[in-house]
Amino acid sequence: MDEALLRSLTPHVLSILVRRGADFAAAEDAVQDALVEALRSWRTEPPRDPKGWLITVGWRKFLDTTRSDAARRRREDSVDEEPDPGPTQDVDDTLQLYFLCAHPSLTPSSAVALTLRAVGGLTTRQIAQAYLVPEATMAQRISRAKRTVAGTRLNQAGDVATVLRVLYLVFNEGYSGDIDLAAEAIRLTRLLARSISHPEVAGLLALMLLHHARRPARTAPDGSLVPLAAQDRARWDTTLITEGIEILQAALAQDRLGEFQAQAAIAALHADARTAAETDWPQIVEWYDELAELTDSPIVHLNRAVAITEADGPRAGLAALAPLDDSLPRHTAVAAYLHERDGDLDAAARLYAEAAAKAPNLAERDHLTRQAARLNNRA
Amino acid sequence: MAKYLLLKHYRGAPTPVNDVPMAQWTEAEISAHLQYMRDFADRLKETGEFVDAQALAQEGTFVRYDGEGRPPITDGPFAETKDLIAGWMIIDVDSYERAVELTGELSAAPGAGGKPIHEWLELRPFYGVQQPAITE
Repeated sequence: MDEALLRSLTPHVLSILVRRGADFAAAEDAVQDALVEALRSWRTEPPRDPKGWLITVGWRKFLDTTRSDAARRRREDSVDEEPDPGPTQDVDDTLQLYFLCAHPSLTPSSAVALTLRAVGGLTTRQIAQAYLVPEATMAQRISRAKRTVAGTRLNQAGDVATVLRVLYLVFNEGYSGDIDLAAEAIRLTRLLARSISHPEVAGLLALMLLHHARRPARTAPDGSLVPLAAQDRARWDTTLITEGIEILQAALAQDRLGEFQAQAAIAALHADARTAAETDWPQIVEWYDELAELTDSPIVHLNRAVAITEADGPRAGLAALAPLDDSLPRHTAVAAYLHERDGDLDAAARLYAEAAAKAPNLAERDHLTRQAARLNNRA
Repeated sequence: MAKYLLLKHYRGAPTPVNDVPMAQWTEAEISAHLQYMRDFADRLKETGEFVDAQALAQEGTFVRYDGEGRPPITDGPFAETKDLIAGWMIIDVDSYERAVELTGELSAAPGAGGKPIHEWLELRPFYGVQQPAITE
């Protein structure tokens, strides 16, 4: 059975059910039920028209629920007439679904879960496994999210920026278990890019592709982290890099720079260098300057200090680091690296160990601990 | 989203405000306390923030490897162990602020006299996932 096909049909089927008059929450439940049934039955009985099958079964599930609700409320069951399918087959409200699922009234985690289910066509169980929470917890998160957006009509335009933030969150979650969230984020961003022409959508897609291209080289066989400079560039995925750069160039040509395009431009400059030594650091510094204008994210300023070190030497880097708040996440890790480049190995060893204790994840902690050990064991 | 461990201690945490051993509460006070804990967990299940809750028995054993072909050595329980974990709850929330808010609520569980215990709970973040697009 083609699960990818099944999932790609999900948003279309959902929007058709909504156009037929189902409210979003009920339609979404019905589609999820149809999806679960498809996962069960398609293996042995693949339908000739998968989309038609999903629409029929989804609508039937919706009617079943509506009927039993109506019966409970002792209502006349006037809603269960088969509606005129009308011209809905070719209408795609995917973009509106993205807006609804990333509605500003939702918390980030709710928006992520709802997007993965309603647009991504993942089952609640799959999403729960990806985020390592019980299925019941994820089910509650999704149904609460749907209650939150219940009053929002599907035909309202939303804010692309909120959608992009949600997709970026999914991408950064990486992969744990069966679901590759980074790949799923790329798929959903591609789909969005087909629905709307927007330079930042393209910028985010390019950024994801360029980062994804490096994934095979980012981890050693033992699972430890390999920093950019030490990565085996032969293992970078050149197809993804080429695609990412083309998408980025087209976006930049529109001359409406945004945060994701600037980040993608930096990723592209790294991707362009055949060796770490050939990296165009002065140009990367310029992009960090642009990025700092666009966002006040502290991580940008920290990364800028590293780029300045590579371009103009550690003294310049330390000067760029000096005004930054040393309580920022990863400040100590950056300080350790800059001190090492400056030749102050004792300070660097101490700072690496300190940074390891503050690391936000295991891979970084182990990497920083190794750096401290390397300096502490020098001859 | 980030996962946090809310750690409850038998011993080792600072002294709570309402510091009366549970054995000296009334039965109704004990029931009210346990009900509060259950209600709290149910509320987190309802908000989609619940991951796990477990309680631990008081007495544990220390175990260590004792060389090739030999059975592990066991020792304890040690009556004097300073830090003794009573149980935990794991939550999955959007922010540190939310984690602190929830931990505060759990610490308000009623004890002797039906008054909040103001028990000190330890809040520990889980390591998150590596985020290459942000840090590489």
